Amino acid sequence: MTEPVLATFGLTKIFGAVCASSDVSLTLNQGEIHAIIGPNGAGKSTLISQICGGLKPDSGRVEFLGRDITTMPLRQRARLGLARTFQVSALAMDDTVLQNAILGNLGARGKPFDFFSSALKQKDLRKTAMLALERVGLADHIFTRTSELSHGQRRQLEVAVALTLRPKAFVMDEPMAGMGADGSRGMTTFLDGLRDEAPILLVEHDMDAVFALADRLSVLVYGQIIATGTVDEIRNDPDVRTAYLGDAA
Amino acid sequence: MNREFMVNSALLLGLVAIPLWAYVSDEPFTITLATRVAILALAGVGLNIALGLGGLVSLGHAAFFGIGGYAMGILASHAQSYTPLIESPFLLEGTKSMPLIWIAAIISSALMAMIIGALSLRTSGVYFIMITLAFGQMLYFFAISWPAYGGEDGLSIYVRNGFPGLNTLDPIQFFGISFTLLICALWLAARLAHSPFGLALNAARQSPQRVETVGLSPYQLRLVAFVISGAITGLAGALFADLNRFVSPSMFSWQTSGEIMVFVILGGVGRLFGPVAGAALFITLEHLLGGISEFWHIWLGLLLLLVVLFARGGIIGLLAGRGSAHD
Ligand SMILES: Nc1ncnc2c1ncn2[C@@H]1O[C@H](COP(=O)(O)OP(=O)(O)OP(=O)(O)O)[C@@H](O)[C@H]1O
Ligand SMILES: [Mg+2]
Repeated sequence: MTEPVLATFGLTKIFGAVCASSDVSLTLNQGEIHAIIGPNGAGKSTLISQICGGLKPDSGRVEFLGRDITTMPLRQRARLGLARTFQVSALAMDDTVLQNAILGNLGARGKPFDFFSSALKQKDLRKTAMLALERVGLADHIFTRTSELSHGQRRQLEVAVALTLRPKAFVMDEPMAGMGADGSRGMTTFLDGLRDEAPILLVEHDMDAVFALADRLSVLVYGQIIATGTVDEIRNDPDVRTAYLGDAA
Repeated sequence: MNREFMVNSALLLGLVAIPLWAYVSDEPFTITLATRVAILALAGVGLNIALGLGGLVSLGHAAFFGIGGYAMGILASHAQSYTPLIESPFLLEGTKSMPLIWIAAIISSALMAMIIGALSLRTSGVYFIMITLAFGQMLYFFAISWPAYGGEDGLSIYVRNGFPGLNTLDPIQFFGISFTLLICALWLAARLAHSPFGLALNAARQSPQRVETVGLSPYQLRLVAFVISGAITGLAGALFADLNRFVSPSMFSWQTSGEIMVFVILGGVGRLFGPVAGAALFITLEHLLGGISEFWHIWLGLLLLLVVLFARGGIIGLLAGRGSAHD
């Protein structure tokens, strides 16, 4: 087996009385979708923040492409190729969809100090941005102000911005939240193909999507991973059934 | 052609037509008023890059305005007294040449903006406002207590500095110079707003987290914006001092910072021509109301209140509507 692209070792994070991450160790391998499921408040977003930067773990390590990135600032991790999408959209809301996508591409290029050319007229910037928007299905909305998008569309835009970064791994926090059934299906199909470009660590509540997509699943409850395995293994795990899945499986 | 473009054109046309009319009908004072508008608008264009594009509420832009003013005052005073500025390790003489003074003003205010920005941009919100204010005040008291350059009394320059091929003492020609520099700054600000840098800076104002997530540093973007902003306001300071042929510590005062901010807010934060509209209205009110009552600032305060409460886009917003997101 080759080295995992992304790995955490014993990540622990405590907020006062809440143990948001407790000794979390997981891996993300090339070509796979590793889904993380768990009830509300289980610590999924907190875990993602520690992986992508923004939140420092109390103890434990994060490795990406064989490098220890535990203390690396958020933007450096992004530059290394770790692309995150947010559960609560973090986008430039007054800007257009296209401007947000171009920002991603600008970040990937790493040279923002260009004062005189027109951002929207630069062919290479615009082409990559357009391509990403087409792939997520936002090509018809490029001049829409982001604040006017539906919640589902904002999710799509988050994913498009991540695409423009041409990352080595995606970390997505509920990319289907707020989407209708059609939107979820579309996104599921899209993510299915995306895993060949870069592996995806996927936090998602939509169980249909998770069961359809995940190569592996980890179940997080009270900050702890109580089980990791294939979809079938998790579905038949008695602990998981009592702790989380209930009748859904 | 959109409405904002037309409003902007009308503003520029007015700013040219009024002094030209005053020139024809021999009213030099009106030309001087228009020159003040152009110079103060220039200072506002500088602040607007930090405030409008970067979202940086700097209450210390008087620091740059004053440094520009003193760059002019110091260089010109040495030239008029025929004493060198520095003798060792190399000889640096004063100068009465406007272009050289402008370069000195731009460089020195940019350096100061780099220092102030590097320290203050580590904070945000009300702390940022307070730190920029504190830096401005530090320079104010430094200027007061620096006897070599006039201390509290400031510095008088007897003859306006020169520009090759022009008679700068002629009000209409000096207006022409100030207006041209304003146009250059507006052009620069327009390019900046639509450039990749402007896009990133604008995004950093709206969602710093987003900018970090794509691998860019909001701090660096803001610092560069702050330096450009300070340099433009510094240039305006040099011109302002040349207009008055006088520099004093009051250029550094927090009231000056406040006034520059008032131009921007009155005219419309983040609107390219906001500072032009704001400075024009300010000077007009000062001229009209100032003649009636010493307390005209009360009316200005009321107007500002109305703008902030009911017309967030300022005058430009009122006349041209909400800006389009995709220009
Ligand atoms: N900055 C913080 N300070 C204090 N407590 C926090 C903080 N961030 C998260 N928590 C707590 O940590 C726990 C885990 O939160 P987190 O957002 O990671 O859960 P989640 O699994 O993403 O939930 P959801 O499914 O609702 O998105 C919660 O109890 C939350 O209240
Ligand atoms: Mg969450």
